[in-house]
Amino acid sequence: MATQHSRSVARLMMAPAVVLLLGWMLVPLTMTLYFSFKKYLPLRGGDLGWVGFDNYVRFVSSSSFWPAVQATLVIVGGVLVITVVLGILLAMLLDQPMWGQGVVRILVIAPFFVMPTVSALVWKNMFMDPVNGLLAHLWRFFGAEPISWLSEASMTSIIMIVSWQWLPFATLILLTAIQSLDSEQLEAAEMDGAPVLKRFYHIVLPHLSRAITIVILIQTIFLLSIFAEIFVTTGGAFGTRTLTYLIFQRVLESQNVGLGSAGGVYAIILANIVAIFLMRIVGKNLDA
Amino acid sequence: MYLKHALRAATALTFVATAAAHAQSITIATVNNGDMIRMQGYTDKFTEATGIDVEWVTLEENVLRQRVTTDITTKGGQFDIMTIGMYETPIWGANGWLVPLEGMSAEYDVEDILPAMRNGLSHDGTLFAAPFYGESSMVMYRTDLMEKAGLEMPDAPTWQFIREAAAAMTDRDNDINGICLRGKAGWGEGGAFITVTGNSFGARWFDEDWKPQFDQPEWNEALTFFVDMMAESGPAGYATNGFNENLSLFQQGKCGMWIDATVAASFVTNPDDSTVADKVGFALAPNADGVDKRSNWLWAWALAIPAGTQQEDAAKQFIEWATSKDYIELVAENEGWANVPPGARTSLYENPEYQKVPFAKMTLDSILSADPNNPTVKPVPYVGIQFAAIPEFAGIATQVSQEFSAVYAGQQSVEEALEKAQAFTAEEMEAAGY
Amino acid sequence: MARAVTPRRKSLNTALAWAVGLLIFFPILWTILTSFKTEAQAIASPPLFLNFNWTLENYAIVQERSDYMRFLWNSVIIAGGSTILGVIIAVPAAWAMAFVPSKRTKDILLWMLSTKMLPAVGVLYPIYLLFIRLGLLDTRGGLVVVLMLINLPIIVWMLYTYFREIPGEILEAARMDGATLKEEILYVLTPMAIPGIASTVLLNFILAWNEAFWTLNLTAVDAAPLTAFIASYSSPEGLFFAKLSAASTMAIAPILILGWFSQKQLVRGLTFGAVK
Repeated sequence: MATQHSRSVARLMMAPAVVLLLGWMLVPLTMTLYFSFKKYLPLRGGDLGWVGFDNYVRFVSSSSFWPAVQATLVIVGGVLVITVVLGILLAMLLDQPMWGQGVVRILVIAPFFVMPTVSALVWKNMFMDPVNGLLAHLWRFFGAEPISWLSEASMTSIIMIVSWQWLPFATLILLTAIQSLDSEQLEAAEMDGAPVLKRFYHIVLPHLSRAITIVILIQTIFLLSIFAEIFVTTGGAFGTRTLTYLIFQRVLESQNVGLGSAGGVYAIILANIVAIFLMRIVGKNLDA
Repeated sequence: MYLKHALRAATALTFVATAAAHAQSITIATVNNGDMIRMQGYTDKFTEATGIDVEWVTLEENVLRQRVTTDITTKGGQFDIMTIGMYETPIWGANGWLVPLEGMSAEYDVEDILPAMRNGLSHDGTLFAAPFYGESSMVMYRTDLMEKAGLEMPDAPTWQFIREAAAAMTDRDNDINGICLRGKAGWGEGGAFITVTGNSFGARWFDEDWKPQFDQPEWNEALTFFVDMMAESGPAGYATNGFNENLSLFQQGKCGMWIDATVAASFVTNPDDSTVADKVGFALAPNADGVDKRSNWLWAWALAIPAGTQQEDAAKQFIEWATSKDYIELVAENEGWANVPPGARTSLYENPEYQKVPFAKMTLDSILSADPNNPTVKPVPYVGIQFAAIPEFAGIATQVSQEFSAVYAGQQSVEEALEKAQAFTAEEMEAAGY
Repeated sequence: MARAVTPRRKSLNTALAWAVGLLIFFPILWTILTSFKTEAQAIASPPLFLNFNWTLENYAIVQERSDYMRFLWNSVIIAGGSTILGVIIAVPAAWAMAFVPSKRTKDILLWMLSTKMLPAVGVLYPIYLLFIRLGLLDTRGGLVVVLMLINLPIIVWMLYTYFREIPGEILEAARMDGATLKEEILYVLTPMAIPGIASTVLLNFILAWNEAFWTLNLTAVDAAPLTAFIASYSSPEGLFFAKLSAASTMAIAPILILGWFSQKQLVRGLTFGAVK
C-alpha cells in the first residue's frame, strides 16, 4: 500500500523525532569522545592537552574496572530474574477472580510511582538500618541478630530495592498479556486434567514470551544506568560499585573528566553488547 | 542559534507567571545541617535590614558537593554564595574561582575569627571563605556509665585507655556499646576518622615525595587497633555508620563514648532530642601512647563567593551578616547560648555567658590544638589534618575508605585493604602527575 | 475474562492477593504512617503501628523550611511539558513507522532505544557546558527538552505498537472516502489510538516525574522540582525519620494519586505491543 508519495511523507513525519534523537545522541557522544582523549582535570586548570588512548588504558587497567562490570551485570541480572519470575506469578494471581481486584492492583503497582531517591532513602533508613530499621525489629522479634543489610548483604539489598521498584512494571505488562490469553483454551486444558505445571509450561509461558521479552528489554535499558539507589545507600562501597557509579566517581569525586569520559565510552559499548546479545536471543519475538 | 532563541523564548514564557520584580536577590547553596537550617529561619531579618532577597538551595552534603563543584569548575554561575569546607577553599582559591574576602567592615572584625579557621580558609594569606561554624573533634562520653565502670576519664586520654573503658562500658544485653565511631565510606565520613586515627598512631598519607604510605607499619597498627576495638565494643554494623547514625545512637543512649565533631556536643546535650542530655562529659581526642599527635581534626563550614557572580556586593553583605558577632547574639537571644554556631570567633569563647556552656572549653582546646600545617608526626608535603588539600584527595580517599569499610564489615583483612589502598593511591597519584 | 470459580477458591485468591498486595505496598504505607509521628515515636522500639499520637508537625516543619508548592509546580510543568512535547513529536513518527513500514523501521526503533543507554553521569560535564552556553541552566524549558529527549524513544515505541494494532482496512476505507492525510490522522486514527496515547502519556509522565539525575544537576532555584526538594531532607543531623517521611510523602503523593485514578488505563494500555 506504500506508494512513493506516502514514503516521502512518512520520512518527513519521522524526521523531527529522528533528527532530535540523532542530535541528542551525537552531541554528547562527540563531546564525550573529545574529552576522553584529553587530560581534562577541572580542578587543575581544565584542559591539559591531548593524551591519546591513555584514559582508555587507565580506565580498563584500574583494579576497579572488572569488579564494576561484574557488579553491573549481577544487579541487572538479579533484578531481571526476580522481577520476571515474581511478575509472572503476581500477574497470574491478579488475573484470578477475587474481591477488590482494583484496589489490590493499585497496591501492587504503587512502588512504580515512587522516585528512586525516595525509595532508596526509605529502604535504607526505615527498613535496613541495623538498629532502628523495621527489619532489625523483625529479626529481633524472632530472636535473631539483626543484619546490617547494606554492608553484609549489600548486593542483595540493592537488588531488593531495585526489584521492588520494577516489579510493578513487569507485573503490569505481564498482566496485560495474560488477560489476552484465551481462557477457553486454558479451561479446555483444565478439563482434560492437565496438571497445573503442564498447563503453565505449554500454554501460559509461550503466550507470555513476547511480553517477557519486552520486560527484559526495557528494564535492561533502565537498569544499566541505575545510580540514585547506589548513591543513597552504599555510595559504591561493599562491592556495589557499578560501571555507572565508577564513572561518577571518576568524573565527580576524582574530578577527572577525561578518565570518566573514557569510562562513558566503555559503558556505551557494554550497553550495546548487552543490547545486541538481547536482540539475538529475544529479537525474533519482536517482529516489526 | 535559532534553537537558542526559541528555547529562550519558551523559557521566558514559563517565567512570566512567577517572575516577580525584586530589586536584588542572591542564591545560596548550602548543606542541610542544623545550624544552616536555623540560619534560614533568620534570613527575613537580613532581608528587612538590606532589602536583599535570599533564595536557598538546601542540599544533603554529598549532593551539595557534586552540585557546587560542577558549577564552579564549569563557571555555571548558578550560585552567588556557596557553602564549602576547609578542603575546597584553598584549592578553589588558588584557582582564582573565589572572590577574596577583603575590605570587610570594621565592626565585622576579621581578626576575631579564630586563627586556625582563618588559616584553613585562606590561600597565600588571602581569606576566601568566612567560617559559619568551625569544629574539631573530641571525646563525648556518658558520665553515668563511666562511673558505673569504676573509671575516670582524664582530660587527655590515650587510645589504650579509651579501648579499656569501652570494653568496661559495653553491655550488649542492654544494647549499650562502649564506643561508637564512624565506619561509613566517604572521605568526609569514615575516611576522615581513620585518617586522624592514623595521625595519632604516627601514620601519614604521603611522604615528602608524595609516595603513599599505606605499606608502613603505622597504618597497619592504627587500622588493626581500630578494627579490634570496634569488634570488642562497637555497635553492630558500624561499617555503615557516619556522623548521623552515631549521633542518633548516642542520643538514644546506646553508646558509652563517641569521638566525633565538637558541634555534636550541642546536639547530645539538648534535652529535646537527647535522652542522655545531662550525662555527657567531654575530653580531648585520644592519641596512642607515646605519639605526639592527637586524633582531632579541624573543619569549618564556610561561605564563599564564586568569582563572576553579578551580585558580589550583596553576597558580601550577606556573608558579613551571617558570620558576624551580631548573628551569634541574635541566635543566643532567641535560642540560648548552647545553640549558637560554635568554633568560628575568638570573642565567643571570651564571652562569660558562653563559657558557662559545658562543652565550650573543650571545644576551644580541641580547635586550638589542631594544626593543619603539621598534622602528622613525620613530615608531610600537604596541608590538612583529616584530608590533604590537593584536588585528587577526595576521589582517592573515598575509594580508600571504601576498602577500609569492607574491613569493618568483615569482608577482607586489614592487610588486604592496605595493600589495595596503597596500589590504588599510587595509581591515582601517578595519573595526576605527582 | 471473569471465569466462574467456586467461592472457596475466590476467597483463597482474595486472601492471597491482598496479603501480597499489602506486603508490596507496605514500605509506602509505613512511610506515610511515620510522617504523622514525632521523631521519637518514629524510632520507638518496638515500632508503633497505629497506636501513636498523630501529629501534623512534620508537615508544618517541612512546609516552613521549603516552599513545597514551588517544587510541586516545577515538577508538574517539567513532567507535563516534556510528555506533551514528546507525544507531539512522536505521533507522526510512530504513525509513519506503523503504516508505512520499511525494511529499516525495526532498526530505527532499536537505534532510538539505544540512545537511552548513554550513561547520564558520563555526559554531565558536556551537557552542563552546553546548557551554560545556551543559557538553559535552571530553566524549566531546558529540562523539558532534556526529559523529552530521554523519554522520546519509549514514547515512539509505545505509540508505534498501538498504531500497529489499528487495522489498515479502516484507513483505506477512509482514503476511499477522500480523506486527506491530516483528516485521516485527526479523525480516524487518533480516536482509535486514544487509549494507547493515554497510557503512553501516563507512563512517561511518571518516568519524567521520577527522573532524579538531570533534574537535580541542572537546576538551582527557579526550575527545581520535587527531586531537589527531597535532596534537602535526605540525611540531616539528628533524628530525621519522621521529617524525611513527611517530605517523601509530599513528593510522591501527587503522582500516587494520579496513578490511583488512572490505574485502569495504565493496566489496560501498558503493552508495548506485547499482546498479540
